[in-house]
Order: sequence, then structure tokens, then C-alpha cells
Amino acid sequence: MVVPKDYESDVEIAWCPGCGNFGILQAVKKALVEMKLEPHRLLFVSGIGQGPKLPHYTRGNVFNGLHGRTIPAATGARLANHELTVIGIDGDGGAYGEGLNHLLAAMRRNINMTYLVHNNQVYGLTKGQASPTSDAGFITKTTPLGAILPVNPLALALASDVSFLARGFSGDVEHLASLIKAGVKHRGFALIDILQPCVSFNRQNTFKWYRDRVYRVEDEGYDPTDKAAATAKAQEWGDRIPTGIIYRQERPVYEEQIPALKKKPLVRQPINPSQFEALLDEFA
Amino acid sequence: MTDFNIMVGGEAGQGVQSVGAIIAKTLARGDCHIFADQDYESRVRGGHNFFRIRASTRETGAVSEELDLLVALNSETIDIHKKEVKSDGLIIHDGETTQARISKTKGLDVPLIKLARDAAGNRLMANTVSVGAIFGLLDYNFEIIESILTKEFTRQGQKIIDDNIKAARAGYDHARKNGRSKTLPEIRLTSRKRAKILLNGNEAISLGALAAGCKLIAGYPMTPASSIMEYIAGKEKEYDVAAVHVEDEIAAINMAVGAGYAGIRSMVATSGGGFSLMVEGLALAGMTETPVVIVLGQRPGPATGLPTRTEQGELWYALHAGHGEFPRAVLSPSNAKEAFYAIVKAFNLAEKYQTPVIVLTDHHLATSYATVDRFDLRRVKIERGDTVSPTKIGEARSYRRHAVTDSGISPRALPGLTKALVVTDSDEHDEAGHMIEDAATRIEQDLKRLRKLDGLRKEIGPPVIKEAPKADATLIGWGSTGGAIEEAAAIFQKDGKAVSTIHFNEIWPFPADEVKAVFEKSGKTVVIESNATAQLAGLIRRETGKKVDHTILKYDGRPFSPKYIISHLKGVL
Repeated sequence: MVVPKDYESDVEIAWCPGCGNFGILQAVKKALVEMKLEPHRLLFVSGIGQGPKLPHYTRGNVFNGLHGRTIPAATGARLANHELTVIGIDGDGGAYGEGLNHLLAAMRRNINMTYLVHNNQVYGLTKGQASPTSDAGFITKTTPLGAILPVNPLALALASDVSFLARGFSGDVEHLASLIKAGVKHRGFALIDILQPCVSFNRQNTFKWYRDRVYRVEDEGYDPTDKAAATAKAQEWGDRIPTGIIYRQERPVYEEQIPALKKKPLVRQPINPSQFEALLDEFA
Repeated sequence: MTDFNIMVGGEAGQGVQSVGAIIAKTLARGDCHIFADQDYESRVRGGHNFFRIRASTRETGAVSEELDLLVALNSETIDIHKKEVKSDGLIIHDGETTQARISKTKGLDVPLIKLARDAAGNRLMANTVSVGAIFGLLDYNFEIIESILTKEFTRQGQKIIDDNIKAARAGYDHARKNGRSKTLPEIRLTSRKRAKILLNGNEAISLGALAAGCKLIAGYPMTPASSIMEYIAGKEKEYDVAAVHVEDEIAAINMAVGAGYAGIRSMVATSGGGFSLMVEGLALAGMTETPVVIVLGQRPGPATGLPTRTEQGELWYALHAGHGEFPRAVLSPSNAKEAFYAIVKAFNLAEKYQTPVIVLTDHHLATSYATVDRFDLRRVKIERGDTVSPTKIGEARSYRRHAVTDSGISPRALPGLTKALVVTDSDEHDEAGHMIEDAATRIEQDLKRLRKLDGLRKEIGPPVIKEAPKADATLIGWGSTGGAIEEAAAIFQKDGKAVSTIHFNEIWPFPADEVKAVFEKSGKTVVIESNATAQLAGLIRRETGKKVDHTILKYDGRPFSPKYIISHLKGVL
């Protein structure tokens, strides 16, 4: 029996009042309770940024590592114990800047984890510099001449043959929780890009700005298994911004291809030095 | 005493390495000690490569620069190495290829390519013909060559095995008929069950890691470390181990740390450049108190340096890499045998002290082959450190991953295996693992982590000290130079000098007390190391206050030989 209280933490929340992260936290908790997942079966791996503080504000096993390195740490933990449900949490800086190489590799590998990217198109923790997803021309202290072209995470994910791709909006908790549930249930790597206003440093992409633009693809009879349609959707931005499951496919999961993981998790396997006696014969 | 030296030289792509390995393995079946090293360039074709094999009735861990046999697969090999051939030595070459004019007493012209074509229908097997020629001269048992070739080429199928045996046979017969025989008087073939194995440093490390229960290696290829992951990856289908070829070294270390956090023994193996990318992750392991083992195989730097050569330029780097202050251990094995036991110890220390452990090797150790006593796997003791598995819900609720203790060691629970939540953070954190800002908790956690050094200090063994009474001099080294230094000391002893040696095969926390004691009666102290800035000498000064008298430094990317050490010591002693 899993109840909301199981996911309540007594750690003081250090986010700004009105921050978009609150909606994401609410959606995460809601999804986990609804899936009846016990906190000790869950591992949050996060990096650095305001969003990646999230695991401390709920309950579960937590590895809050380095900026941009969530995915490799999560992959290592998953390989050690593939009975753990692994949720990675990063911001747009960690996911699409510092750690982009890992994201591309994880999508190719198709490690079974869910990756939530709090995408507020700005750096919050370091106080307002441009991020990889800031709109072109966005003026900040580090980009007084305007930011360069933004990355398109959805297009990058599709190019890497991602097995699950969704976009949520922190202002729509109900919908976001349903996407997180779908992502966790999906077998393979699930990337969920979450649009989230930064009330302190991004005066451009506000709650109202997003609310006026986002729509749910499922309301328009969209087929998330159609890669060509997804590729077109990934280019949509501006007046209308799609949310929902953008793309989904079945692909072999990385862990399932490693012989050593077939019997049981590596962490449950004993250490037995003498089993390697035969290898010494190779050198005799 | 027999001390017999063979060199095979040629260009990349001529199979110098594979021929060298076959010769070494064949000789290793005899009752002798083998030491073999290889010298190659950072290219796949062309250039000049060589492989040196030393067969000795005495245990040896160093190269020799005096050759009994030089096998020249091209003319350049003769030009470069003929001066190393002893007065009674012999050069084996194919006159057709080398066009070299060598007197009958100095050279044996074996039509390698022709014999390969005639016997095996494949001119590429000229190198195998040369193997046969060597053993024909040595009047070695051909059955042993056959059995080694069979083992080497098993994967390529029966035809390749048969053709190689035919090629070897042709060379063998030709040399017996046309050559003057070279003898290995004291090298007998052993009939008893072979107690020795022949392997290089990286193979010893790979075996040690597997025996120690390493379940995951994450890596990105980099010379000289690549063969460690390659070996372990080759065992993925038979044994319970995962090898992940990752996108970069940053991923490697973070993956290994993530796996360590989740409770398995994990490692990375790289060289200086890759290690540089790993350094932030090293500090992460320190801060989150996660066990991880790092093999740092040094090569000459800075930057890309000399990729296929050797140096000991990263001692200080290994000791100090990482932002902030955290405990670590650094082991510096000097040979393949020590490398095997060092990696086992590294895994034990990493888990007992929940912190990174570095095994510092170099290209010379990684790639040179030596005969060692077959490893005794019963001697591999697994120590996993303090762990807890709370079964009661109350205990689980109160579990604190970073609980403050006298030893600094907080018992580990593993995520998912119990109801205890395992929380840790790269930010400074409290006992429960949550981020903090207050000064008191910071101090408490910082000191807790650093207290682990007290325990680690007791785990590090003293250096290997061989004291001569009333020493005229003490030769001091660390890592792969051990064999050369010891042999140089032995030669000096024979000349009537009293020479002690101190060799560090576990170097951090630094065993300062033992060193101070030896320095009281050391005679002249001479530090010998493969770098330009005398890093060990500096470390000794810092940790003991003792200034060494002399240094012999080598930073040309080539390993020390006993001869080199002796020639440089003559001015000192």
C-alpha cells in the first residue's frame, strides 16, 4: 500500500515562490503514488541545478551527483541493480549542455530509465545566464549580444532513435503525471522534456507565455508511433507548442543484452575468486 | 647462468607483436624466467616496432640491451639494432627483403617469404617462419612450438593453425640445416605441471579484477590501458561481468561510481588524458563516499605526449587529482605479480574505506610480459567493509548513509536491497545525505571523511626494503622500475659495493616512518624514476624532511635497463 505520505519529505524546499519546479514535484509524487511504487524500490539520480534538487524534496534512494553526469551514474546503478526503478532528473543545462553526449549515448543504448528534464530555457542556480534552450537572441549577462540558436531536444532525440519521447508542461500537473507514468512503464529510455517557467530569471517564457501556446497532441488524433509525424512535430515551436507523447517504439533494452544480468542483478551475485581458475590456464 | 636475449623487429603490420608473443610463450614452457617488452609507434602500418624477449635462469624483471639473436623482418631493424647484437650473436633475416650483406658468422639468411609461400602458400606467414628458424637454431622441441601455435590460432580455425605449423616447420628445418646452433644450456623443458604463467601487467590486472569480484568496467580506449577492458569484455559471455564501452571517460567514471553506489565492485582503466577527464568524478567518489577503482596507466605527457611509450610522470597527479580534500589510496605495483594482488587490494580498500583507490601503472608494466608463479586464487581475500541490512522498518527509517563515526566509516546499506533509503549528494550533506549549508555540519562531515585516512594509513604496506649492511648507497624507486633497479643493485653488489634498495609498490598514504628509518643508514641515496622532475624525491622530501643525494631520471619514453642505471651510477658511487 503506497500513500501520498510515503513521498513527503521534511527537507525544506529551496526554490523561489511560484517556481515551475513545484508543479513537476507534484506530478512526480502523484505518478509514483498512483503506480504504487514503494520509495525504497526507486532510485533518483540527479545532477546540479535548481530542478535536480527535487529528489531531496520527496523520498526514495538518491544519488545527487555532478552537473551533467546524471545519465552515466544512473546507467551504472541500473547495471548494478536492474530491479531498481531509475528516474534521472536534470535541468536544460545539465541535459542539453554539459551532459548532451551522455544523453545521445543513453538513447542509442536504450538503458531502461526515465529522464526528466526541467527545461526553463535559462540557468536558475547560477542566476540567469542563457541555457542551451534559450531562444536565439536571448540577452543575459553572459550573452549580451544575444544567445546562439537553441538546441532542439526533441529533434536530437528522434535522430538518436529514442524509444520514448514526451513533452510536458509544469503548469499541467495532471497531464505531466500521466506522461511520467507512461515513461516509467515504458521499457527502455524515456526522455520527458518538461517546459517550466523560471519566475526569477526568464521574463520572456512565463507561465502565461507557455499557457497561450501549449496543446496536447493526443487531442488532435496524433499517432506517437509514426516517426515521420514525430519528426515534423519536433519542429513545431512558437505560436503552438506540442505536449504529450511525441514518439514511442519498442527497441531492445540495453540491460537485457548483457549476459551477466540474465540470472539476477549483479548486486545479488556472489563473489567467488576460484571460479576464474580456468582463465589462468590461458597463460600457462 | 643463462641469460639469452632475442629481439624481433619490423614495421607495424608485419606481425612483430604476435611473433614476439609466440616466442615468449614457447620459451616460457622451458624451465626459465621470461621478461619481454615491446616498443611500437602510434601507427597501424609502417614505422619501426620491436619485441624483446629475455630468457634467464635467474628471475628477472628488466630488459637487456645485449642481444643473442636479432630477427630482422626488414632492413631498418638491422640498421637500428645491429650494434646491440653481442659479438657472438646472430642476425636472422631474409636477404631477399633486407638486401643486407652480413658475414656468415654474424648472420643467417633465411628465405622467410619464399619458405612461407612454399610451405604454407601464404607469404604473410614469413613471421611464423622466423619463429621456426629461431627454435631450429636452439634445437628446441618442435612439439612445443606446435602446441603454442595451435593455442594462439584456435580462433582462426584449423587451416590457419596447420599453415602456421607448416611455416614454422620450414623455418625450423632450414635453420637446423644451414645455421650454426645456439644453445640454451641451462634451459630445460619442464615436464611437471607448469607452476608458472606468462602474462603482461594489464593481463594480471584484468585477472585480478575478475578474481576480486569486479562486476563492471566502463571505459573508453586509450593506450596503454585499453587491453584491460578488452580482456574483461572478452569474458562477458562466460562470467558475470559487464563491460561498457562508453562515450567518453567522464561517462566511464560516473558510471563506475553509480555502480559502486548501487553496491557492485566497479572500475575504470585509462591513461593520463582520460584520467584528466575523470578527475571531477574522482572527487565525486570522495564526496559521496563511493568505492571505485581506477587504473591509471601512465604514458609520457603532457597532453597526447608519446602515446605508445612509458613514463612515470603522474605520481603527484595521482596523489592530488580532484578538487577539494578527500581520502584516497594509491598503489604502484612494480611487476605483473604485484599488479594482480594490487588490484585485489584496491577493491578491498575502496569498499572498506568507501573512497577511490588508484592503481598507478605505466606503459612498460602494462605491456611487458613476465613469467610469474601461477596466482593462488585462494589467497584472494574479499573484504567488503562495514555494511548493514536493516530488516526492521524502524531501523530502516533511521538509516543515515553518512553517519558520523570514530573511524569515519559509515556502514553502507545498498539501495533497493532493504527498506533503508540510501541518500547521498555531491553537495556537502548531513548524515542523512541531504544538502546542507551550515558550518557545523560541514566541519563534521569533512573531518569524518578525512578520518578514514587514519585507517588507510595502517593498511598501506611498507616499501620493499632490501638492506645491505653498511650500505654505500641506497637505490630508491617506485612502480615499474623495480626489476631494473634490483638487477643493477645486484650487479653492484657483485662488484663489492654494498647497495640497499627501497621500492614503493604502495605509495599513498605515504609510509614515511619506514623510509625515515632506512635513511638513517642508507649511504648515498639515489632516487631512480622515469620522469624529469623527480616526483618521488620531492614526495620523500615533503613527507620525511629527507633530501636525497642524487637522482637518475629518464624521460625519453623508454624503460630503464640495468645497464643504463649502472652507467649513470658510476659517476655517483
